[in-house]
Amino acid sequence: MKKPLLALIGLIFVGFLIDLSFDAFIQLTLIYVLINMILAMSLNLVSGFTGQFSLGHAGFMAAGAYASAFLSTIFPMNPGPMQFVYFLFYAIAGGAVAGLAGYLVGLPTLRLRGDYLAIVTLGFGEIIRVILLNTKTVGGARGMYGITGPTDFTLGSWTISKFLIGYAHAIFWVVACFVVIWRIIRSHHGRAFLSVREDEIAAEAMGIHTTQTKVRAFVLSSFFAGVAGSIFAHYANYLNPASFSFNRSVDAVIMVVLGGMGSLSGSLMAATIITILPEALRPLQEITGVDLRMVIYSLALILLMILRPKGLMGTKEVNEFWRKYVRKTS
Amino acid sequence: MKALEVQDLNVFYGSIHALKGISFHVNQGEIVSLIGANGAGKTTTLRAISGIVESTGQILLHGKTLKNVKTCERVSLGLAQSPEGRGVFPNLTVMENLQMGAYSRSDKNEIQKNLEHCFILFPRMKERQKQLAGTLSGGEQQMLAISRALMSAPKVLLLDEPSLGLAPLIVAQIFEIIKKVNQEGMTVLLVEQNARMALKISHRAYVIETGKVTLEGKGEDLLNNDEVRRSYLGG
Repeated sequence: MKKPLLALIGLIFVGFLIDLSFDAFIQLTLIYVLINMILAMSLNLVSGFTGQFSLGHAGFMAAGAYASAFLSTIFPMNPGPMQFVYFLFYAIAGGAVAGLAGYLVGLPTLRLRGDYLAIVTLGFGEIIRVILLNTKTVGGARGMYGITGPTDFTLGSWTISKFLIGYAHAIFWVVACFVVIWRIIRSHHGRAFLSVREDEIAAEAMGIHTTQTKVRAFVLSSFFAGVAGSIFAHYANYLNPASFSFNRSVDAVIMVVLGGMGSLSGSLMAATIITILPEALRPLQEITGVDLRMVIYSLALILLMILRPKGLMGTKEVNEFWRKYVRKTS
Repeated sequence: MKALEVQDLNVFYGSIHALKGISFHVNQGEIVSLIGANGAGKTTTLRAISGIVESTGQILLHGKTLKNVKTCERVSLGLAQSPEGRGVFPNLTVMENLQMGAYSRSDKNEIQKNLEHCFILFPRMKERQKQLAGTLSGGEQQMLAISRALMSAPKVLLLDEPSLGLAPLIVAQIFEIIKKVNQEGMTVLLVEQNARMALKISHRAYVIETGKVTLEGKGEDLLNNDEVRRSYLGG
């Protein structure tokens, strides 16, 4: 992105456009796309860039979501132009709680490799879910109702809608997550992440503290997963432990693998496809009377993995393809 | 002066006693080879020195014990290893690989100087700096592994089987470079199956058999030793 200001204006414009032209269902789906983008990018940091297979990402998202929702009952939001700041605050707090959880889980488990790590993180995700299911203060199995979410407010003659606030908040975090991970991967520490993925023994022989490096990646990743959870909690206004089941962790893994392990732009694309495809196929069910959604969805995934086994983007980013294409044509 | 000293080194892999009390030393500015057959414990010795496998016994680097020093911290103390099978990071570029070698250092000017020096030793690395390391030929990957180890500005360079899987001509080139690096003052501990090449460039060498040092001496002396000739040099 050469012109960040232009991109910002573009994003605001798109926001207004969607606000005016689509119904609440499509708007909600769009917010979910953004949430999944954050989820996929954060998991990509651990799985794609650092090479650690984690199956408990939903657990961190849940930790962030519940922490953020709980916090909003202690520090209630002030509806008005300042609500954006509140959401930012909730999200950072939710992310911090998730990051702490990531640290506690990561410290003992990241000494493990491959399958073992996957099993432990899977177990962790379930532990969080079961704990939430049995905690009365956050609603237990009934879930947590009436979480404060964005509300419409007027600014002079303008009405800023609920959607726009949620959209702005989600976009802010998508951009933040993208920029942070992008910059880190290209830094001194980021190269340590990559080399742990490439060859752990050689990395250790280069003077990299491999466990510490993995824990760092894990903490940062769970922070962003927690942020995604926070956005989810406040936009949906309702949380239920069932939303953070094993399926959601698998969804996140699918997004990362589909987009390409080690490609942020791939994660963005895959998150969009994975979120929109099942919704876009809904009308088909009405026409045929059979629920073909999941059949087509899974067929599409199988086909994609056959045709592009390294994911949509492999380890490359969009701009690298773009450069190649420009060079070829000019 | 002893740059590296190993005393009574023992390593167990489960119930297998892989190293049975190995002792040797490397003087400042020397090339010392450990030669021996498959499974004799050469690589294990190097791994114990760099801390990748656990060991008992003493390892002294410039007189200081490495006991309780973590693997990653040994690099900043001056031990650099080019691991067996090269161990380059295949999906990183040559340049990024070299930068990883300097991971434990922070002085950018010094790192830059070191990099330029590496490019003089290995002009091929300069040509290929933007290429992914996995796309290099075997010989180039070995050169990369050695130059990456040199990027940490070590006091002692540990080389594990630099000739592994390479054509004789390339092996000769690599050994030329090792010799050159040594002449510039680098202390080298070399582990090799290619005993003839190793002994030719070594000041001293140790023969390891099933976890024990069975013979030691000057490189050329061992080259002419009957037993060594019969066992390792093909008659």
